[in-house]
Amino acid sequence: MSTPTRREPPALGDDQPVVFPPVTRIRLTNRLAVWSVERRRLPFVSVSLLVPAGSAIDPTDLPGLALLTADMLDEGAAGRSAIEIQEAFGRLGTAIETEAASDAVMLSLSVLPRHAEEACALVAGLVMRPTLAVEDFERVRTLRLNRLRQLRNSPSAVADQAFMQAIFGTHPYGHQPWGLTHGIERMAIADVVRVHEAAYQPASCTMTVVGSLEPADVARIAESAFGTWARPAGWEMRSDLFSPSATRPVAWQEVKIGPTSFPASPAPHASASRVILVDRPGAAQTELRIGHVAVPRSTPDYHALVLLNAILGGQFVSRINLNLREQKGYTYGAHTAFDFRRLAGSFVLQTSVQTDATADAIGESLGEIAAIRGERPPTAQEIDLGRATLTRGYARNFETTGQVGRALAQLAMYDLPDDTFDRFVPGIRSVRANDLTAVAERHLHPEGLVVVAVGDRAKLESGLAALGLGEPVVTTVDV
Amino acid sequence: MSQVKGQSYAMTTMESQPIDIPFSKHILGNQLQVIIHEDHACTLAAVNLWYHVGSKNEAAGRTGFAHLFEHLMFEPSKHFGTTYFELLQRAGGQINGSTNTDRTNYWELVPSNALELALWMESDRMMHMLPSLTATAFETQRDVVLNERRQNYENRPYGLAIVALTEALFPPGHPYHWITIGAPADLRSATLGDVQTFFRQFYHPANASLTVAGDVDPAAVLDLVNDYFGACPAGEAPPVVALAPAHATASRRVLEDRVELPRLYAAWLTPANFADGDADLDLASDILAGGKPSRLYRRLVYEERIATDVSASQSSRELGGFFAVAVTAVPGVGLDVVERAVAGELETFAREGPADDELARAKALTETSFVSRLQHVGGFGGRSDQLNSYNVSLGDPGFFTRDLDRYRDATTQSIRKAAAGHLQPGHQVTLSVVPAGRADLAVSGSDMVRVS
Repeated sequence: MSTPTRREPPALGDDQPVVFPPVTRIRLTNRLAVWSVERRRLPFVSVSLLVPAGSAIDPTDLPGLALLTADMLDEGAAGRSAIEIQEAFGRLGTAIETEAASDAVMLSLSVLPRHAEEACALVAGLVMRPTLAVEDFERVRTLRLNRLRQLRNSPSAVADQAFMQAIFGTHPYGHQPWGLTHGIERMAIADVVRVHEAAYQPASCTMTVVGSLEPADVARIAESAFGTWARPAGWEMRSDLFSPSATRPVAWQEVKIGPTSFPASPAPHASASRVILVDRPGAAQTELRIGHVAVPRSTPDYHALVLLNAILGGQFVSRINLNLREQKGYTYGAHTAFDFRRLAGSFVLQTSVQTDATADAIGESLGEIAAIRGERPPTAQEIDLGRATLTRGYARNFETTGQVGRALAQLAMYDLPDDTFDRFVPGIRSVRANDLTAVAERHLHPEGLVVVAVGDRAKLESGLAALGLGEPVVTTVDV
Repeated sequence: MSQVKGQSYAMTTMESQPIDIPFSKHILGNQLQVIIHEDHACTLAAVNLWYHVGSKNEAAGRTGFAHLFEHLMFEPSKHFGTTYFELLQRAGGQINGSTNTDRTNYWELVPSNALELALWMESDRMMHMLPSLTATAFETQRDVVLNERRQNYENRPYGLAIVALTEALFPPGHPYHWITIGAPADLRSATLGDVQTFFRQFYHPANASLTVAGDVDPAAVLDLVNDYFGACPAGEAPPVVALAPAHATASRRVLEDRVELPRLYAAWLTPANFADGDADLDLASDILAGGKPSRLYRRLVYEERIATDVSASQSSRELGGFFAVAVTAVPGVGLDVVERAVAGELETFAREGPADDELARAKALTETSFVSRLQHVGGFGGRSDQLNSYNVSLGDPGFFTRDLDRYRDATTQSIRKAAAGHLQPGHQVTLSVVPAGRADLAVSGSDMVRVS
């Protein structure tokens, strides 16, 4: 080896290809989709069950119903109490996690392979035979209401809620999965039973298994745990479910909760004001959200938008973070994201800044967003950096069984093609400068950006009024 | 998916079998400790560098400095004009660092074709960071840190509790009396001169441990490390931090915060990391407050419904640890009621110890999370970070199996004994965090405290 010189950075070796592992896809006779990846690096297995019953199915007057339903599953099931259920998981060295997003609920756990079969049987008990007792419901409802009380004092939770409400209005994307106080107060156990009956059906769910189990073991374990999960009446009538290639769940369109069905995509919401101020007297900082309704995951502009966002605010070396953090020191960090969902999600800039720099930080942010689609389009150097970051770092996303499991769940949640992850690197590489300009014009709307500030009104109001976005609307937020 | 090149990983965790993370350890002429771990499961290489310096090494009036310094390490160095991020980001790397009371760590997780770049950058800032640092960069990063403090402590519900708790637990003069982020006034009075002194004292090979792990060739790594770090002057091992006696002075304090529900913290001084009783108390925290079957959840949240959440942890560090229980009351319930219930459960636990089934579950959960963390080769808590942690704490990078054995070997009796010995009634610091103007909800007899 030649003696290295300090003057120049050492050259990189050749880039190594990123190849997503082969996925084994089967369906049980009750049409539950079971997707697995065998990986034997460590004696470890990650299992998840994806249910198409996220907060997007919440009825307008019951925000929080979908997650409360999911949370009820391990509060009593298959003849066990809430405590006994967790004890049973604990003996296997694991705990069940329930996560909700707007588009789905996911139950997941990780376990040593010798316990995988028993753990899956426990999960099956939760989804197939939950007790859904009224006394457990009342206890869980009270816990949720107390959690919401605590969130009212969290600036980031308040800012998120104010922002979603401002851009999505009454669309179910306008609240967090954990819901809103008025909805939780109004719920009854009958609502939970209704969601469980409608949405927790084998034909609409996807089970993922990643780790040191052979496909044959996965099939056997899945069948033994979920094989008796009854197929709902009426499914036989759907011929499109029986095409030979139909190893995918046909899910979201089928979920109907009473009069509510999966909603239409949110329209860009005409907010009454562009600047919304939530007063937090004496706040140490101002929590900011700036954005608007954007595009669904299915957009053909996906790769170009991911690259555009990386340049604008999606990574440490990006325009927004360099400006607000590294040049001005206004914040610990600032970033932007396109929140891709089944339906149109949001574009949002997220940061918290020192109070006396609030108006300036907003002005700089609006300026950066406008500039990248106007007078300062991405430079060749920025495009090169963004491309390199996204493609060379891609392998990191699939290191653990949990990460691979989440990737599989994404394929199911967004109906993505099987080769989605193999297409990412070539997709990003093929984005050209004029593609970026085009998607910036199509999907960034400086004139439609809504600004939410949670901070000290007395110190902020005049500065916000001077931004030229109209008088700030001072409001309170019902978390 | 990164390409799978090697065969399956030679590791098993059947009861009492060893966890085999193969490594080699080397010491360069300048005293830099180097650990190399080869694993070709992913096309990733991890570089992980520990400097044995943390907030315990700070002087009174200069708290927060070790962490502020960590921020400065990401500024340009002599041979790269950009910030630390750009070249590594371009290589597809992930970069971070952190500071705690005892150590500061820096890591790069890169595609293995960028290993040399990461070593070049880490060695450059170890040798050449100082001359490039400008006053502007220093002042900007100080503002960033002040904003980090606002975001993560001052503007967050219950965020300042840890400041009040730490001040009450560890007496003035003890190196753990302040939290790592420091006091705003101290951060404002830090100078560029302090930076120079600090760098010379702590940032050199004799006070560092470097791990390189993942898809690498060990012989080539050793050559590269010699090439890039070998010329760095050794420096002198910094003085051992004098340890003021920490003794449990029971106290009751109340802190007003912007919260709706009052929360009780009860905390005791406990053994240091890896010391006798540390693992027992870790398991005890799980049995007492981990999940629904835990004793405090079951009684306070599930049965009596006087609390909305519970948690407990044994935070063990180099010079000592503390065990803390936190319980948030439901509306309408004062913290006296909560404290009595917690005290009752702890007394029973210290008298009787855990049941066999409770201990078996806690051990099983510990083993799973231990293996889970080892899935990552890089990053915080991944294999490279853990090798460095064992090396810096114990001089033995391969302590994995013995670490897990500390938990496997615990018995109901050893846990009972640790709880009885360390979680004694009358020795704890009690902190009530209450809504402004509602000191009446605090544990009776508490003194009002303020934190900056």
